[in-house]
Amino acid sequence: MREQRSIVQNIDWPLLVIYIVLVTMGWLNIYAAVYDPENISLFDLDMQYGKQAMFIGICALVGTVILFTDGKLFPTFSFWIYAFMMLLLVATIFLGKNVHGSRSWLNIGGGFSLQPAELAKFATCLALARFLSEINVKMAKLQTRLICAAIIGFPVLIILLQNETGLAIVYFSFVFVMYREGLPGGYLLLGFAVLVLFILTLLVEKTILFSVIGAIAILVFMFLGKRRFSRLLRIAVVAAIAIGFTLSVDYIFTKVLQPHQSIRITALLGKIDPSQMKEAKKGVLYNVNQSKIAIGSGGLVGKGWTKGTQTKYDFVPEQDTDFIFCTVGEEWGFLGSTTVLLLFMTLILRIIYIAERQKAPFTRIYAYGVASILMFHLMVNVGMTLGLMPVIGIPLPFFSYGGSSLLGFTILLFILIRLDSYRMQIL
Amino acid sequence: MKQLSSRQYVIAGMVVAICLTYIGRLFYIQIVDDKYKIMAVNNAIRRIVDYPPRGVIYDRTGKLLVANQAAYDLMVIPNQVKDCDTTELCRLINIDKQGFKDRFAKLKKQNHPWYQPAVFEGQLSGRAYAALQEKLYDFQGFYVQARTIRNYPKSVGAHLLGYVGEVSEKIVKDSSYYLMGDYIGLSGIEKSYEVPLRGIRGVRHVEKDVFNRERAAFADGRFDTLGIAGVDLTSSIDLDLQEYGEKLMKNKIGSIVAIEPATGEILALVSSPTYDPNLLVGHERSKNYVVLLRDTMKPLFNRALMASYPPGSTFKIANALVGQEIGVVTPDTRYSCNRGFSAGGVHVGCHAHASPVDLKFSITTSCNAYYCNVFRSIVEHYKPSEAGYRTWRDYIMSFGFGAKLPSDLPNELRGNVPSAEYYNKMYGKGRWKALSVISLGIGQGEMGVTPLQMANYTATLANRGWYILPHAIKKVGDKPIGVYNPKFGEKHYTKVQKKYFDVVVDAMANVMTNGTGRIAQIDSIQLGGKTGTAQNPHGKDHSIFICFGPVANPKIAIAVYVENAGFGATWAAPIASLMIEKYLKGKTKRPEMEKRMMEGVVLPVYEKKTSATPVDE
Repeated sequence: MREQRSIVQNIDWPLLVIYIVLVTMGWLNIYAAVYDPENISLFDLDMQYGKQAMFIGICALVGTVILFTDGKLFPTFSFWIYAFMMLLLVATIFLGKNVHGSRSWLNIGGGFSLQPAELAKFATCLALARFLSEINVKMAKLQTRLICAAIIGFPVLIILLQNETGLAIVYFSFVFVMYREGLPGGYLLLGFAVLVLFILTLLVEKTILFSVIGAIAILVFMFLGKRRFSRLLRIAVVAAIAIGFTLSVDYIFTKVLQPHQSIRITALLGKIDPSQMKEAKKGVLYNVNQSKIAIGSGGLVGKGWTKGTQTKYDFVPEQDTDFIFCTVGEEWGFLGSTTVLLLFMTLILRIIYIAERQKAPFTRIYAYGVASILMFHLMVNVGMTLGLMPVIGIPLPFFSYGGSSLLGFTILLFILIRLDSYRMQIL
Repeated sequence: MKQLSSRQYVIAGMVVAICLTYIGRLFYIQIVDDKYKIMAVNNAIRRIVDYPPRGVIYDRTGKLLVANQAAYDLMVIPNQVKDCDTTELCRLINIDKQGFKDRFAKLKKQNHPWYQPAVFEGQLSGRAYAALQEKLYDFQGFYVQARTIRNYPKSVGAHLLGYVGEVSEKIVKDSSYYLMGDYIGLSGIEKSYEVPLRGIRGVRHVEKDVFNRERAAFADGRFDTLGIAGVDLTSSIDLDLQEYGEKLMKNKIGSIVAIEPATGEILALVSSPTYDPNLLVGHERSKNYVVLLRDTMKPLFNRALMASYPPGSTFKIANALVGQEIGVVTPDTRYSCNRGFSAGGVHVGCHAHASPVDLKFSITTSCNAYYCNVFRSIVEHYKPSEAGYRTWRDYIMSFGFGAKLPSDLPNELRGNVPSAEYYNKMYGKGRWKALSVISLGIGQGEMGVTPLQMANYTATLANRGWYILPHAIKKVGDKPIGVYNPKFGEKHYTKVQKKYFDVVVDAMANVMTNGTGRIAQIDSIQLGGKTGTAQNPHGKDHSIFICFGPVANPKIAIAVYVENAGFGATWAAPIASLMIEKYLKGKTKRPEMEKRMMEGVVLPVYEKKTSATPVDE
């Protein structure tokens, strides 16, 4: 009894409240997105909102169970959970059903299916926390970094094999966890530099780009630091790598990325190839354009719940899942969508705050994992609906329709709440 | 470790930065930029225009002049056209593939917004529509808009009634009512009574889904308006008389305008050559229009309102009236005429008749010399003669000459009574006198009068001194025209007193019994008339006749112009006479004359003129 009361007392209520608010708003928006004025029933299990209501119920159950488990179990069984999930991921490649070319769905009967990739996030997060929280593990060591990379890289590899690029990319957000645990900031800068160079390559003429890279190299050599030969050599190598990278962008673009993926990126940059224009207009450009129309037409206060014409009449594809934010924008307007963004921001900042108040490194690292994943999802998903990010099919946490995603995020968050409520018992 | 914990701010900062960026972006697309709101409306809300039927037009006896029939416009919303079976669509509306492409190219050229509907093929027949409708779901981006278009049961009165067409870009730009695709009256009654005829279009806003299916009324119909049907008009035209007049004018160039003197109501308005008004309706409209436009006989040209001819000898009556009013002529004033008028080196010829002549006989026999003298006396009655001329001009213009009357028909010509300034410019101030412009005395020279003005002049003579502005509409809905537009109830008096009219009306009656208009005499009705011949620098003279009757209580006043037909008595007088008989008696009793007029062909013959002066019979 004492144990139970302390759990209720120690639960971080702001987290729980924000979670409940977001899930409720999500459900309302799914309802509006698939709303059909001619056929109204609130809990129809044939409709997405009916199913989502059921998923919410399941998640409430799972969440409660997590809150009442022994907090010590999570660090203890982290690797086992990770191993089990990885096995499930691998198995999915062989057992999963083929949905539009992706093999990430496991049929679990009753007309429902499960996407293990969504659940693998919390498992990876647990494993990473478990590994990094060990006393003798130091981020300064190359070995540590490589093991981290392996823990993260394995699910990425399998999910890529499942043909779910979007979900795989999410795992790169763990780099922020590593950064917090001591990975030199240079890695983030390097990543950033690579991204900028990548975009510039697509936007700027190669000759101009090479000249600029050369000019920067010469300027750095002339005006910064001593003019030694070894330094010249190092700068020259960096410049050469940069140029080599820009040259390889074309290769990545045509050979590594699939055509629909490269179109999404060029479309975002407004540099679409005329030969791909027709396809783009029907596909990615259409989605993004309709999404912007839906959001933009919301105005200050929105059109009102279930009153959104773009939403109601299916102008935006994937309106209930990846593009759910359009519904928010159209029906709740600037005030509503800003509220949602601020709720997410509060949630993530609260998680970071929670992370920093932990005595146990395991909980801290896990919390950063949760924060990073949420941040990445928010950035890509909302950015995509606003036309600021390429179209990458990942859900908006707690909002988008889908049992696996909701369950995945619920477990992710509730483990944190449980771990946090347990912090007082760690001396 | 302390150093590492500060990294939380880097991560937290990124979260805040992302959220703020997105909020900024939301602010821009939701509040600053209106583009998306408009696009959303275009996406999901279809504006369905309900075009009310245009008012129909009846003749004065209640017969239908202009009726309506159903037609269907095939509309297109260009940006919604997807995977269209072009061949099939082209087949259904009977165009070729190039025509299909051209239509889009035209819209592009007009900068037509791609998300707004445009007429793709206008005024399809009911049959074409039936075939199209079954397949319409196959053609995304196309839909059919029901319209009513005009139908003319009797195929007459083309110039008078005018035609209806699609609004031009300019009209749309200049007006707050019209929108692309609307119809508007472009000429005739359709133009001048556009507002009552068209009614007010209604608009429904319907939400549609991504598959272009209509789903529900937008905002519960808050922005919808009901269409208001156009008002029916009753024209003053007598359909039978109009039809008869057009038959008489067949194969001739010219015009007939008949007016009821007491009311100013136009009974018939014929401009020849004419065309079947049904040609400018429906699917073939634009093709037919081009054909009519290129016709060298100019069938689209409304001669009754837009052709200006010299009034010829009919003008002598006006001069007789002005002369009396000013006091230079009395019924007893006599002038001798020895084959014409000669003074100061000017000679105006005349035909052989008894001499000297008094006022009455001068009209009966249409003496040129008499009116040269009258005109000279009027002008020289004042000093300098320019002042005399100005006075004369004022009097003449009070008969409705030299300015738009205006009637209720559009595009009336002003005609011309030359101003003193004009002659000052031509001759130099003080360097011209009555003799310089003496041909005005007999209605030649620079004088220009439209057939409508001529008919109004005839009505003025019939009324002995006043006219009501001619108008072709008697009632707008239930409202008499005098209530709808009071200017069509007002009497306009000439500057000549009523007492001076009696003698000229008497003379006009004499014209019919023993003067130049004998051929047009009708046994049972006393008429007053005057022949005229208008000089035509391009060919044979125009034949003119004005006439009214019965003299005691005039019911009809008529002016007839037949181009290149020579003397007034040969063509214009018989036609006028037959028209009056038809109108007053309901039928004509002179089959040979009727046959001769209807079958006669008077088309322009460009002969070399030998005499500079007209010679009336």
